[in-house]
Amino acid sequence: MEYQVQNISRDNFEQCIKCTVCTVYCPLLSVNPDYPGPKQAGPDGERYRLKNPAFYDSALKYCLNCKRCEVACPSGVRIGDIIQRARIRYDRSPVKLRDRMLANTDFMGTVAGALAPVTNFMLRRRIVKQGLQAVLGIDSHRTFPAYSATTFAQQFKSLADAQKGYPRQAVYFHGCYVNYNYPALGLDLVRVLNAAGIGVRLIKGERCCGVAKIANRLTDSARADARHNIKAMQAALGADADAPVLFTGSSCAFTMRDEYPHLLEVDNSAVRSNMMLASAWLAREVERGAVKLVFKPEYTRRVTYHTSCHIQKLGWAIYSIRLLKLIPGITFVPVESQCCGIAGTYGFKKENYATSQAIGAELFDKLRRIAPDVVACDCETCKWQIEMSTGIKVENPISILAEALDFEATAAANR
Amino acid sequence: MKFDVVITGGGLSGLVAGTALAKARRKVAIISSGQSALHFCSGSFGLLGKAGGKTLESPLAGIELLPPTHPYRKMGAEATGAYADAAPLLFAEAGITLKGTSRANHRHLSPLGKLRSSWLTMGDFMTFSGERPPMKDCVIVNFEGFLDFYPSYLADGLGALGVRCRTASVKIEAVERLRRSSGEMRAASVARLLRGEALEELAIEINKVCGDADTVFIPAVIGFDSEEHLQRLRRMVGVPLYCVPVTPMSVTGHRAQQLLRHRFGQLGGTYLLGDSAVAAHMNADGSVRAIETASLCDDYLEADRFILAGGGIFSRGIVAAPHKIYEPLFGLDVQATDDRDRWFDADFFARQPYMSFGVATDAAFHPLRGGSAVENLYAAGAVLGGADPLTEESGAGIAITTALHVADLIINS
Repeated sequence: MEYQVQNISRDNFEQCIKCTVCTVYCPLLSVNPDYPGPKQAGPDGERYRLKNPAFYDSALKYCLNCKRCEVACPSGVRIGDIIQRARIRYDRSPVKLRDRMLANTDFMGTVAGALAPVTNFMLRRRIVKQGLQAVLGIDSHRTFPAYSATTFAQQFKSLADAQKGYPRQAVYFHGCYVNYNYPALGLDLVRVLNAAGIGVRLIKGERCCGVAKIANRLTDSARADARHNIKAMQAALGADADAPVLFTGSSCAFTMRDEYPHLLEVDNSAVRSNMMLASAWLAREVERGAVKLVFKPEYTRRVTYHTSCHIQKLGWAIYSIRLLKLIPGITFVPVESQCCGIAGTYGFKKENYATSQAIGAELFDKLRRIAPDVVACDCETCKWQIEMSTGIKVENPISILAEALDFEATAAANR
Repeated sequence: MKFDVVITGGGLSGLVAGTALAKARRKVAIISSGQSALHFCSGSFGLLGKAGGKTLESPLAGIELLPPTHPYRKMGAEATGAYADAAPLLFAEAGITLKGTSRANHRHLSPLGKLRSSWLTMGDFMTFSGERPPMKDCVIVNFEGFLDFYPSYLADGLGALGVRCRTASVKIEAVERLRRSSGEMRAASVARLLRGEALEELAIEINKVCGDADTVFIPAVIGFDSEEHLQRLRRMVGVPLYCVPVTPMSVTGHRAQQLLRHRFGQLGGTYLLGDSAVAAHMNADGSVRAIETASLCDDYLEADRFILAGGGIFSRGIVAAPHKIYEPLFGLDVQATDDRDRWFDADFFARQPYMSFGVATDAAFHPLRGGSAVENLYAAGAVLGGADPLTEESGAGIAITTALHVADLIINS
């Protein structure tokens, strides 16, 4: 008898042994019974869809793409990828105007940022929020993050020349959030890296990583951006082929590292091993003795770390936690890794608001009980969700590091 | 990254070894590619139920009847018993109540109301000795629409044991919502909802249908993350209340996994969930230098000592190719035959030879590689060859005792 040795399916759905452990860890399942669950939506449904696309179930749109099913799967099945690929392939319903707006972060950021004072004022008015909900279906509980009048890329220009003077170089993918909403985080990273003796380079013509476009099925546009980004990243690395490409957003890092090849079929192999979360990379550099950090003696904070779904999938939360624990003045309180419910643009949609809050409820309770001074988190949308739902301040580990660092002493130690 | 001990496999065996080592102040990392087989646990652990064709009352007495390459034979009956007796405390420290001792197997009930024997059983379930459960008149309560629990079968089984049984079903508001999708009204989803007020509602409904019953049985769907919820329910219900295992995912197994992991973390252990060991890097002298993982890439996990606790074929600690059984990470020697026709017995219910396939080790649980022992590597749990956990009813016992044994060897070396 002849045996087939290798499996031949994409995303290895035939490796599923129907154990259902993924369903236990799906944050959505017990909250929204209309969602068929990762096993049924993923490997089970895939068998039917391969026979006939008419078996596609539109309820797959509820999937958060958190990948916690994949983290739980003992058989290595790419459950989340199967579900997202099915949405891309079979969902032919037109993409709503609202979803296009939420997904086109670059366009929205450019327009909103140009009129920042007006936009920010308007987006905080109750009447505008109600209008957005009625006309577009953006939930009125949500507040858009404030737009910055000058982008991070613009602010960086004044620092760019000094960067070449540092002996080591790193490329930084700042992403839409740092660029349009929160340049302070990008500036924190530049300060920290400079103190560590590392110069920062941006990626010329950087576009959105595509996480929002993928979630909203604007796949062709996401793919074009992805191809552009990979080329631009290679150009930014130039002769420094081993330099790291750093991120301050875990979803940007995850998307460009893993979703590009898996979902968009864009080859990133030339730069994939360069891509690293800034906090993870720094923790590793400190560990191997290549970077020294000196902290202010007076800095004290009670800190917990929220593991975003995408950093859970990347497997790098361990580094961020190590980085925080380096700071002597920090009292670290752990909290179980679980989804906060926002899932990027998902929680902004009127129809998902209640689900989004129900998913996060348990986490919010735990955080309120821990009552830290600040929640550290590598994801910006988790930050909005947790700040809105608990009132507790959330900061990227890099910003916490920047607050705790004695810059002069650090610069001296790395000279 | 550098640790004292790196463990591949984060299930029962890996966590027990990791916890014991972390308690002894070793710096430990566990790599776990996905969730473990504990999620299929019925709530009872077997040490040794059958050996040499005999059903055992005392598990330790059966060890001498096992083949010489069996893990229990390598440890010896006395040491196996000592590790077995140390286990309940380790679980209690994690918040897991286990009833039983290694001196005698106790009885508990299967989902169909049959008597089963085990070494340890979680506090959720009824345990007793002898052939009759300690009750006369019970009521079996199910949730309307919950299909993974079979009250009538259970009632028939208990009836045959001389217990009067009634069945009743209750409707709980919070759980009702799940019925919109019948396929996903599973134990874990129900358990997530049965807390707080929903639990009070459940207690009221149970008390309504309880009547003169001296015992209440419910499906094992209480306590997703801690035993506290069941304790609360028990306080609110007038008569003794026990759970009965349901179709997996097992809520008690999930809880045990989470609590053990939490305990390991509390003791300073590093648990890498969803990462997987992709390569082992060896020293020139044949010892292990480091493990490379999928997520940490070129940041290898270095350690003085390593434990392989990757589980059996189910967990891919051992892999079956069409004509080969192999250990994928280190390329260790396996106790198995490459003759595929000798893997199975055509009689499905007969002893299946592949069940005993696993890594070959020396007497000190160092796996063999090309015939020689890898001195800084230890194997524990289902990855070990020479045992047939299914027929012996020894799976959990082997996982726990060999884990404690290798932890001990490392601590005392």
